[in-house]
Amino acid sequence: MKLPASIQAWFEQHARAALNTLGGLRLRLASSLMTTAVIGIALALPAGFLLLVDNLEAATANREGSPQASAFLQATLNVDQQRDIAAQIKALEGITDVEHITPEAALAEFQRASGMQETLALLERNPLPPVVVAQLRSGLSGADADALISALSAIGAVDEVRVDRVWLERLDALMQLANRGSGLIALLLGLTVVLVVGNTIRLDIENRRSEIEITKLIGGTDAFVRRPFLYTGMWYGLLGGSLAAILLMLSVLLLTGPSSHLASLYGSAFQPMGPGLSGTLTLLGSGVALGLLGAGVAVGRHLAAIEPR
Amino acid sequence: MIRFDSVSKRYPGGNEALRGLDLHIERGEMVFITGASGAGKSTFLRMIPLLERPSQGSVMIDGVNLLRLRRSRVPFLRRRVGMIFQDHRLLHDRSVFDNVALPLVIAGRSHADVGRRVRAALDKVGLLHKEKASPVTLSGGEQQRVGIARAVVTRPPVILADEPTGNLDPALSEEIMALFEQFNQVGVTTVIASHDHALIERLGHRRIHLQDGRVA
Repeated sequence: MKLPASIQAWFEQHARAALNTLGGLRLRLASSLMTTAVIGIALALPAGFLLLVDNLEAATANREGSPQASAFLQATLNVDQQRDIAAQIKALEGITDVEHITPEAALAEFQRASGMQETLALLERNPLPPVVVAQLRSGLSGADADALISALSAIGAVDEVRVDRVWLERLDALMQLANRGSGLIALLLGLTVVLVVGNTIRLDIENRRSEIEITKLIGGTDAFVRRPFLYTGMWYGLLGGSLAAILLMLSVLLLTGPSSHLASLYGSAFQPMGPGLSGTLTLLGSGVALGLLGAGVAVGRHLAAIEPR
Repeated sequence: MIRFDSVSKRYPGGNEALRGLDLHIERGEMVFITGASGAGKSTFLRMIPLLERPSQGSVMIDGVNLLRLRRSRVPFLRRRVGMIFQDHRLLHDRSVFDNVALPLVIAGRSHADVGRRVRAALDKVGLLHKEKASPVTLSGGEQQRVGIARAVVTRPPVILADEPTGNLDPALSEEIMALFEQFNQVGVTTVIASHDHALIERLGHRRIHLQDGRVA
């Protein structure tokens, strides 16, 4: 298919700018590589932290044994009533299973575990209440767990609810902190990328001042003058993003062995994840966006000031 | 084609380059602008592609009032005015070919079209064999001819030259002027600022003498 001449010319101009600027980066290989390395590391660090947090979340979600809540029932309930309550608890959203422990069973278990048969035999009556042990769904958030516990407490025949959730809250808080920290680092290092690209482009503009003047002199539009600098910024971002992706994959490769060993000590089959396709594309996209932004800022600030003499 | 109506130009600091200049150049004319340095020749030429803006008065180019020209349209005005400088204003890190090709690349011409037109323009100024050379390896006269090829490669309706023979010996100056006459013969409005009175006298085109920023 033959495109209209104006569209073809547009493509040619962009292709020319893209290729010329890439060639320009190759001509100044040493300085281009250093700039790319700075951008790559600045992108790899926050991406690495985010990946670490993701992996930690995955690792702790895979852990065997989800949190449990123990509901102590009123001692006056008979066995049938206790069963009804257990069924009622099991029907709650977020509870995967319940175990009903009668006072007799609890006493037998306690006698066996504690070795105080004689002491316990002295008691006139069984002091233990009936208990329903509920398995909470794994990966439940702190707020959801709270809601569930209030729902349990609201059941009339339930005297008291104990839940093993302090560590859950701590883990949750830690994850939130790590997430927020990674976000902050990403913000600062993203700003670094913008500044590095912006400064590189500023120097580039300064070095090519006479070329810009002559181009404007013979009828180059602002868009034409701007184009090579924006493409240069885009290339820096793309190359830096690629470098960051490579660094991340290498790090995951290096950490797979030791982390699997650690996980196996905890009885887990956890394997660390790499950035994956979507992660890599996000990294490249962020690189391009930040590179373009840096170039755009530099071009906006410095190009307008150059007018032909 | 080019009409100045009581145009004045006052620079910051009070220096007045033009004082109520009235001037009209017809389409297809060849005109020499003469006058002592400081008479306003350069300022006059630089107003045509809007390298300077008048402080007062109006400039019409090809029926367009430059006062009313939007900033975004200025590049398109400049594409229609081929300008030649005494100091050539070439890009020294590009080949002769690339220098001459620049206006076509800016205008978005196709690759094949660029090659054809650049070679035609270089052939016209007699530098076809130097297309791969770097401008710094060329003599002053050759660099001037590269500048001319760059100015005419888009076939603009107007050519302006500011002291194009300023640094050249008489024989080379004559060659350059002959080139301008050839462009003029195919209908290009040609305006040349020069103080080479002997040569101008011999060529016998219209002369406009500027003195103190107005036509003497």
